[in-house]
Amino acid sequence: MEPIIEARDLAKKYGKLTAVNGISFTVYRGESFGLLGPNGAGKTTTIRMIYGFSPMSAGDLRVFGLDITKQSREIKARIGVCQQENSLDPDLTVRQNLEVFARYFDIPQKEARGITESLLRFIAMEHRKGEKVTSLSGGLMRRLVLARALINNPDLIILDEPTTGLDPQSRHQVWERLEQLKARGLTILLTTHYMEEAARLCDRIVIVDHGKILVEGKPAELIRIHVGKEVIEVAEPDSELIRWVAERNFDHENLGHRLIIYSKGGEDLFHAITANYCTGGCDLRLATLEDVFLKLTGRDLRE
Amino acid sequence: MRSAGISTRFLRVWQRNMTVYKKVWKINFLPPILEPLFYLFAFGAGLGALVGSIVYEGNAVSYIGYIAPALIAVNMMYNSFFENTYASFVRMYYQKTFDAMLATPLSLEEIITGEIVWGATKSSIATAIMLIVISFFGIIHLPHALLLLPLAFVGGMAFSSVGMFFTAIMPSIDSFNLPIFLFITPMFLFSGTFFPLENLPLWAQKAAFVFPLTHLVKMCRALGLGHMNAPLLYNLLYLVLFSGVFFPIALYGMKKRLIK
Repeated sequence: MEPIIEARDLAKKYGKLTAVNGISFTVYRGESFGLLGPNGAGKTTTIRMIYGFSPMSAGDLRVFGLDITKQSREIKARIGVCQQENSLDPDLTVRQNLEVFARYFDIPQKEARGITESLLRFIAMEHRKGEKVTSLSGGLMRRLVLARALINNPDLIILDEPTTGLDPQSRHQVWERLEQLKARGLTILLTTHYMEEAARLCDRIVIVDHGKILVEGKPAELIRIHVGKEVIEVAEPDSELIRWVAERNFDHENLGHRLIIYSKGGEDLFHAITANYCTGGCDLRLATLEDVFLKLTGRDLRE
Repeated sequence: MRSAGISTRFLRVWQRNMTVYKKVWKINFLPPILEPLFYLFAFGAGLGALVGSIVYEGNAVSYIGYIAPALIAVNMMYNSFFENTYASFVRMYYQKTFDAMLATPLSLEEIITGEIVWGATKSSIATAIMLIVISFFGIIHLPHALLLLPLAFVGGMAFSSVGMFFTAIMPSIDSFNLPIFLFITPMFLFSGTFFPLENLPLWAQKAAFVFPLTHLVKMCRALGLGHMNAPLLYNLLYLVLFSGVFFPIALYGMKKRLIK
């Protein structure tokens, strides 16, 4: 498999603060790769180094086999980027946003017009091409940012929290577009803290925290390894249950008002608990990536 | 990695600003049309009646003829300086326009160069419009005055560069009051714009030669009144040197501000 991004021991320091502390990973062609982590974990800093926005403090970074420190212009010409903050040009219309952006890539005007039309169709916004971007909703803006990132027909698209702040409808709209791009074989690198998004879109993920990678793998695999198949949640558990669970060495977390048991044993354990200890507020559900995430990064508030 | 250097790609950034400018050209054309009319009315009819004529290079010229070229110089300064302070700051800070551009093959140097060259271009466009308006009053010397157009670009580069330098170091958009109060306003008043520099005490005359506007006014007046002479090349040289100093400082400052 052809590697698209090869990051070795990437590090980024801002004065005394170490934002990224030795991250290594490889993304292969056609893969959809997710960088997950709590706020301040170093996700955005990492991808900013990859698209040549931030110089790295240490490490080795190759994109398309090219060295980012020497060939950033060549690399940037082949990447599409959706930044976290809205950077659409409010002085321009929807269509102009795409056409003017095409000029930054030296795409001839005629060609840019054709690409713009087809991208507007792709994001279902042909009927709004004459509008100012300031009149668009958050969801439409994000779709336009996505279209803009595709203007140069990139070999890699980098998305920094592509659906943060969107309503469920808009989020699904973005997801559908990303799935179409994925089906076409486009390599995708995204950051997110929505586990549902990562589980749905990513072939492989890393969870980062405090500038380091905690785990790497396929979403389903990570769930199986770190959590198991199911999770039992007990609201307001009584002390006997807590003792019972601890004695049997079940993988669990005691949050005080809530007891979480990571179960590999399935329903038998749940029945044992409900029969003997539960007066209500006992739930058995499938394990999710969110369980992995919280288990590994902790439940403390960040920032 | 950011020192991908400067190529002609900076024109893409210039082009972006031109596209926006053309969208609202009616509004953009209004100030350079109306401003000279206001000034000429106030200073020509109002103040000019009191002053009468003024001695310039040994000849008596009408007060309105004396200040008209200076007003063009001030207009060059305003157009380029404000474009690369307020307008550039809005694009950089609020609109994240530079951030978006940095994710394309453009380098930061090209973005900033494109902005500065655009500021100088805006100064030239405004000068052209103003020239047309003023020429109706028969107070400037044609065709000499046509040289004001390339001069507007040279002067524009000087004020755009220093404007971009302030944009690189200002913490907020309100902070621009400071360079305007301490740099632009004194220049506006004491660069030989409204009265001959010789009327000032000697120390102030000398100090005025630090101001780029003093040199720009001298050249505009010479061209406007058709009074070319060799020492004007020193004024031109000063403007070029001024740009030569502040252009790289502006690039450096913006790099320090944006590349993190």
